[in-house]
Amino acid sequence: MEPAGAPSSSDAAGLVVELRDAVAVLGRFPALAGADLHVRRGEIVLLRGPNGAGKTTLLRLCAGLVPLERGEGTVVGCDLRTQRDAVRSRVGLLGHANGLYSDLTVRENVEFWGATVGASAVEIDASLDRMGLASRLAGVAVGRLSAGQKRRTALACLVARRAQLWLLDEPHAGLDATGRDELDATLRAAVAAGATVMVASHELERAGGLATRVVDVVAGQVSPDTGASDTTASGGAS
Amino acid sequence: MSERQRPGREQPRQHEQHEQHEQHEQHGNEDSAHVATTQTPLTGPGSAATSPVGNGAGTGTRFTRILGALTLVAMGVLALFALVISPPDVVQGETVRILYAHVGTVWVAYLAFVVTAVSSAAYLWKRTSSLTWDRIAGASAEIGVLFMAITLLTGSLWGRITWGTFWVWDARVTTTAFLFITYIGYLAVRGLGGTHQQRARRSAVVALLAVLEIPLVHFSVRIWRSVHQDASVATGNTDVKLDDTMLFTLLLATVAFSMLYVWYVLHRQRVLHLQDLLDDKGLDLALAERRSEGRPDASAAAPTTAASTPTATVSAASTVPTKDPVS
Amino acid sequence: MNDTASPASGSPASGSPASGSPAAASIWRTARLVAGKDLRIERRSRVIVNQVLPFASLVMVLFAFALDNDEVLQRTAPGLVWLATIFALLVVVQRAFAVETADGALDALRVAGVSPPGIFLGKSLALAVQLLVLELLLIGLAVVLYEATLTATGAVLLVTTLLPATTGLAFVGTLYGGLAAGARGRETLLPLLLFPVVAPVLIGATRATEAAFGVGHAAIDEGWPWVGMLLVFAALFGVGGTLAFGPLIEE
Repeated sequence: MEPAGAPSSSDAAGLVVELRDAVAVLGRFPALAGADLHVRRGEIVLLRGPNGAGKTTLLRLCAGLVPLERGEGTVVGCDLRTQRDAVRSRVGLLGHANGLYSDLTVRENVEFWGATVGASAVEIDASLDRMGLASRLAGVAVGRLSAGQKRRTALACLVARRAQLWLLDEPHAGLDATGRDELDATLRAAVAAGATVMVASHELERAGGLATRVVDVVAGQVSPDTGASDTTASGGAS
Repeated sequence: MSERQRPGREQPRQHEQHEQHEQHEQHGNEDSAHVATTQTPLTGPGSAATSPVGNGAGTGTRFTRILGALTLVAMGVLALFALVISPPDVVQGETVRILYAHVGTVWVAYLAFVVTAVSSAAYLWKRTSSLTWDRIAGASAEIGVLFMAITLLTGSLWGRITWGTFWVWDARVTTTAFLFITYIGYLAVRGLGGTHQQRARRSAVVALLAVLEIPLVHFSVRIWRSVHQDASVATGNTDVKLDDTMLFTLLLATVAFSMLYVWYVLHRQRVLHLQDLLDDKGLDLALAERRSEGRPDASAAAPTTAASTPTATVSAASTVPTKDPVS
Repeated sequence: MNDTASPASGSPASGSPASGSPAAASIWRTARLVAGKDLRIERRSRVIVNQVLPFASLVMVLFAFALDNDEVLQRTAPGLVWLATIFALLVVVQRAFAVETADGALDALRVAGVSPPGIFLGKSLALAVQLLVLELLLIGLAVVLYEATLTATGAVLLVTTLLPATTGLAFVGTLYGGLAAGARGRETLLPLLLFPVVAPVLIGATRATEAAFGVGHAAIDEGWPWVGMLLVFAALFGVGGTLAFGPLIEE
C-alpha cells in the first residue's frame, strides 16, 4: 500500500508502463479496445488523439482506477489485475476533476493530499512554491479560486504526492503562460528525479515541446509507431 | 449429442478471444468455458426450435424438464390434499387451508435467502470465486422476494380472518417484513450497473451485511414486544390442532414449493447467465465497432458514437441474438 | 523522486493508540487525517450547523403538529428524538459523500492508495461527532417542547446510550453512503438500504431513552440491556464496515 516498499522491478528494460491488448470498459462501452503501449523510465509521453479516442481511460487504467477488462498490463512493476492497490499508491493522476475540497484552503488541500503519503511540511511548502501558490493564495478557499488557480492547486497536490508515474489529463487547460511554464518546469524536475510522465493534451505545440515521444490514440487503440521521433528532435526547453 | 453441442459452439470468435488471455481472463474465460462445456450438453435437442432465444441457447435441460414435471405433479397432489382431502380445522374451519400456501412459501423464502448468503460468501471467498455463485445468489434472491411477498400476503389474510387484524407486531412477522425490504434493496444494488465483477462484489457484500442485520432486527423486535407484555397473538398458531393428514399436507407443501424453487433458480440462473453472455457479446461487437472507428480515415476526428463501418456491424451482428432472451 | 524517505519516517505518526501493527497504525493515521479533514470542512462550510440542525428541529416541531397532544408527545418524546435523528442521518450522510464526489476526491483518494478501512473509520468518526451534536440538540428540544424530564441517573444512562447508538449509526451511514456514492439514483437508493438496517438502533435507543426519561414509569434499569444491544450493533457494523468498505467503493 505504501510507496515506501519499492516496486519489485520486474522491468528489466526500465519499462514503467507495459500494456498488451488492453481493453477497458466504461459501462458497456469499450473506451480502450486493445491498446499496446510501452513507456520507459524517464520518458515524457504525449498522448494525442481526437475527443473520445480513449486518452482519459488510458490514463485512468494506468492509475489503477479503471479495471483491466481484457489483455495484460503492468505499471511501475505491478500487475494491473492483481496489484491495483500497489499501482495506485505509486502513481499520481490529474484527471479532468481536480479532486479538491472546495471548502478547504489551497494549503489545506495540498497538506491533506501530501499527508496521504506522509509528506513533510517542507515538502508541502516546496510543492506550493513550485506552482506559484506560496503567496496569499495559499490561504484562500479553493471554492473561490478561478479554474486555472484550481488547476495549479491540483498540480501542487500531485507534486506533494511524489509519484513515480505522473498521469496528466489536459494539464494545460485553463493555465496561463506562467502556469504553463511552471508546469513544464515541474515535469522536467520530476523526470530528472527519476519519475516518468504521460500527458494527454490537445495543446500539441505546448506539450509537444515538452514530450520526448508522441503517441497517437485513435479509436481506443494506440497506433503502434506514430511519431516516435517527431518531437524528440524539437524537444527543446522553452 | 453432436447436434446438441452445436448451439453452444456458435460463438467461436468470442471463445478464441478469451483463450488468448487465458491466464488473466479468470472470470471472463470461465464464463465462455461454461457455455461450451457445462451449458451445451445440457441443452436439449428440441430447444433450438422452441427456445425464445432463437438459436438454441435455451435454459431448459433434461434435468429441469423432469424436475418441472415432478413439480407440477407435486403441486397437483398438494392442491388435492390442501383443498379437498385434508379436513377443516376444528377451530379455524376452512381458513386453515391458507396455511399450506403460507408455510410452503415462507420456507422457500428463508431457504432462498440462506442460499443467497451462502452463494455470496462463496463468491467472495477467493478459491471459489466465480460469477456462477453471483448469479445463483441473484436468482435465489429474486425468487425469495417473490415468495416472501406471497408469504406476507397470505399471512395477513389469515391473520385478518382468524385474529381480526392484518398485521401483528410479532417478532417473527416483523423480521420477515424487514427481510423482504432488505432484499428488495439487495436487488436494487444488483441493478446498479457496472461490470459483472463489480456487480457481483457489491451485491455479495450487501447480502452478507444483511446477514448481520437480520438477527439484530429479530432480537431487538423480540425484546421490544416482550417488554411491552402484549399478548403475543402469534402463539395462536399452536391453537390449530393438526391431525396427521394436515401435517402431511404441510410437509407436502414444503417439498412441492422447494421443488418449484429449485426449478425456478436453475432457470433463472441460466437466464442471468445468458444475459451476462449477451453483455459480453455486446462487448465483442462494441470492440469490433470501436476498432473500426479509426480505420476509414484515421486522421479525421471520428465521433465515438456513429463511427462504425457498416460491414463490421453486420458481420458481427449476424452471430448475435438480437432479442433479449428474457423478453 | 523514488528514493525519498519512506512516508512512515516523514509522517507525523505520533502516539497512535491502536498501533499494534504497522498496518493498524497506518489505518489509524488515515482515519484521523480523513476525520480531521471532514470536520474542518464542516467548520468552514457550516452546512450541518446552518441547514441540518434547523431541519431536524423543524421535524420535531412538525411531530408536535401531527400528534397534537401534550401527553402523547411526552410519552413518545424518546422515539421522536431518534426518528428525527435518523432522518437527519440521511441528510448528513449524503452531505458527507457529496463532499467526496463533487470534484472527484473519492477517485483521488483511491488513486492515492489511501486505505479503505482508514477512510471508513475516519468518515465514521467525523459523522459520529456531527450526529452527537445533533442528538444533544434534539434531546434539548424534547425537554423544551415535549416536556421530557431528565434526572441525574437518567442523564448517565442517556449519555451511555448516545455513544454506542451514535457510533452504530455512523458506521452504517458511512458504509451504505459509500456504496451509494458512485451510483445512479443515490438519493433514493440510500434510504432504502439504510433505514431497514438502522431499525435496531431506533428500537434500542428509543427504549433506553424512555428509561432515561422515565416515560411510562419505565425504570432506569430497563435501559441498560438496550445499551448492550447497541454496543453489539456498533461492534458488528464497525468490524463489518471496516472489512467491506474497500470492495464497496471499488470499481
